[in-house]
Amino acid sequence: MKSKLSWFAAPYVVWMALMVVIPILIMVVYAFTAADAADFEGTLENFSEMGSYASVFLRSFRLALVATLVCLLIGYPVSYWMAHEGPGFQRVAMALIMLPMWMNFLLRTYSWMSILENNGLLNQLFRAIGLTWLLGVDYIPMIGTSGAVVLGMVYNYLPFMVLPIYSVIIKLDHSLLEAARDLGADDQRVFRKVILPLSLPGVLSGVTMVFVPSVSTFAISRLLGGGTQIMLGDLIEQQFLGGAYNPHLGAAISMVMMVIVVVCMAVMNHFGEGEEQAVML
Amino acid sequence: MSKELIRLADCTMAFDEDIVLDKINLRIQDKEFLTLLGPSGCGKTTTLRIIGGFQTPTSGDVLFDGVRINAVPPHKRTINTVFQKYALFPHLNVYENIAFGLRIPKADAKGGKVKLPEEEIDRRVTEMLEVVNLKGFEKRRITQLSGGQQQRVAIARALVNQPKVLLLDEPLGALDLKLRKDMQNELKRIQKAMEITFVYVTHDQEEALAMSDTVVVMDAGRIQQIGSPEDIYNEPQNAFVADFIGESNIIDGIMRADGVVEIFNRRFQCLDGGFEKDEAVDVVIRPEDVDIVPEDQGQLKGTVTSVTFKGMQYDIIVDFYGFKWLIQTTDLSPVGSRIGIKIDPDGIHVMKKSEYSGMFGDYSSYSEEYEEISSADPDGEGSGDEE
Repeated sequence: MKSKLSWFAAPYVVWMALMVVIPILIMVVYAFTAADAADFEGTLENFSEMGSYASVFLRSFRLALVATLVCLLIGYPVSYWMAHEGPGFQRVAMALIMLPMWMNFLLRTYSWMSILENNGLLNQLFRAIGLTWLLGVDYIPMIGTSGAVVLGMVYNYLPFMVLPIYSVIIKLDHSLLEAARDLGADDQRVFRKVILPLSLPGVLSGVTMVFVPSVSTFAISRLLGGGTQIMLGDLIEQQFLGGAYNPHLGAAISMVMMVIVVVCMAVMNHFGEGEEQAVML
Repeated sequence: MSKELIRLADCTMAFDEDIVLDKINLRIQDKEFLTLLGPSGCGKTTTLRIIGGFQTPTSGDVLFDGVRINAVPPHKRTINTVFQKYALFPHLNVYENIAFGLRIPKADAKGGKVKLPEEEIDRRVTEMLEVVNLKGFEKRRITQLSGGQQQRVAIARALVNQPKVLLLDEPLGALDLKLRKDMQNELKRIQKAMEITFVYVTHDQEEALAMSDTVVVMDAGRIQQIGSPEDIYNEPQNAFVADFIGESNIIDGIMRADGVVEIFNRRFQCLDGGFEKDEAVDVVIRPEDVDIVPEDQGQLKGTVTSVTFKGMQYDIIVDFYGFKWLIQTTDLSPVGSRIGIKIDPDGIHVMKKSEYSGMFGDYSSYSEEYEEISSADPDGEGSGDEE
């Protein structure tokens, strides 16, 4: 320890060791052993078993990717716009973005259920304006679709996209934009060649912060997917708490998911490396 | 000899009720090195930003080659800027920073857009790197460069576009003294070699005198004087200019006749004329124009009250009838000694009274004023606070 103050970090270091490192190690051990093995004999059985769940893997990554893209497409313009408004507007906008996050995540997702249900608020509205009659149906199915799951993800994780992008854009040196204009760039080019590349670090952390929780969610897919949109999170949960009790398989799935996520992030950060430096300036 | 390139006609700039520029009239000749000089808040940076197109004057016209360009945005002007803090793109390397302007498709005669071929870009960037002595730095990141090198990249990035005018906003402000001197010569050399009009903003009078063809002294949103460095130094128009450019003793005088001015009830020969008889005037006497003589031979007699050794000369403060003068001399006169002084006619410069009369040129509060002068460091004041 270099300075005495470093000792103040000790509680957290211990906590990390107990609550992060050791659980991961336990998970790895579980992943490579079988329930019926007498003495912790290594096996790859858990991983070969996973093939049958390929569709769940695919769905998880697909939905998380779509949700991340949607968040990016909504979040970037919003951040950009916010950063160009006055400080008063920024405060209000920030409060509005944060407001839902002060409420419990499950409560918010439950309320989406009541909105999207077959007899929910939206379908009542459609009925009232005659949309269902026009289409010749009783209701428009929304809950239990992958769209509903994506909606839940976007709704819950959008602030995580907006905040990092906003904070990067707001810190951009205005003279850089003037310099670009001075050199002959019109507004569109200033955006493409200066603002966008310099805001990439914000985009990267936004993407990470939306994608990672999305890919591993189980509450959203359970509540809004209505059991038809099983995702990795649900699958893992079933192995530990559900009927398909098999912690070893669950640990293996968790591990594979974690590795894929880490690899994705590493690749992305590699691409963003140059820009990362730029912001350190 | 040369033609007018830019004209500001009655340009006023007001932010809310705050008037930053007050009916500025300025003509900039083609290929000249013109410096806007003044203390912070005098409006020099605003003037530069109006020429660059970053600000539109509240009233008045900006003419470029005879065409009104008030509403032309910066990216459509053939003017480039070297920004105060360089504003280099941190996500691009040296080469790409310089190539930034070249990579932008330009409108051709038929209204279409043409891109420069890559070879042409490469040739011009390479050539520019040579001009600013940065060969071999192409692939460097901006963060890996020193201040002076960043400065050069900023200049190259602007010049590579072959602008008609280069605007420089206190470009040497962040460099140390030695590097400033080098870059001054370098800039002057580049300006001569490329035959481009430079409009240079600084609050450093030495820099202005050393580099410029024309110096524009500004204060309080108004132009105080326009002239060659020699004119500005030798023939200041008012007390502000006399005080801001170099050291000056500014004394109340009365013009008794053409070529005769009365100071402290004594008549002195001078070269100025054209004043009313008995008109009250400001008289400027530069500290280096005063000769020290034995007391009995002096036109004026005074007591030395302070001596500062400055290396090349002594700065001494002499009390004449209660008014303190700064005199620069190579001969030491100890504190308390009585001396006489002589002033040649060409050492006396007479100015009309102005709003600045009585505000400058008295060294009674010498020590404080001197502190002020020596602490007017390049990057302290005057940088940024007038945006």
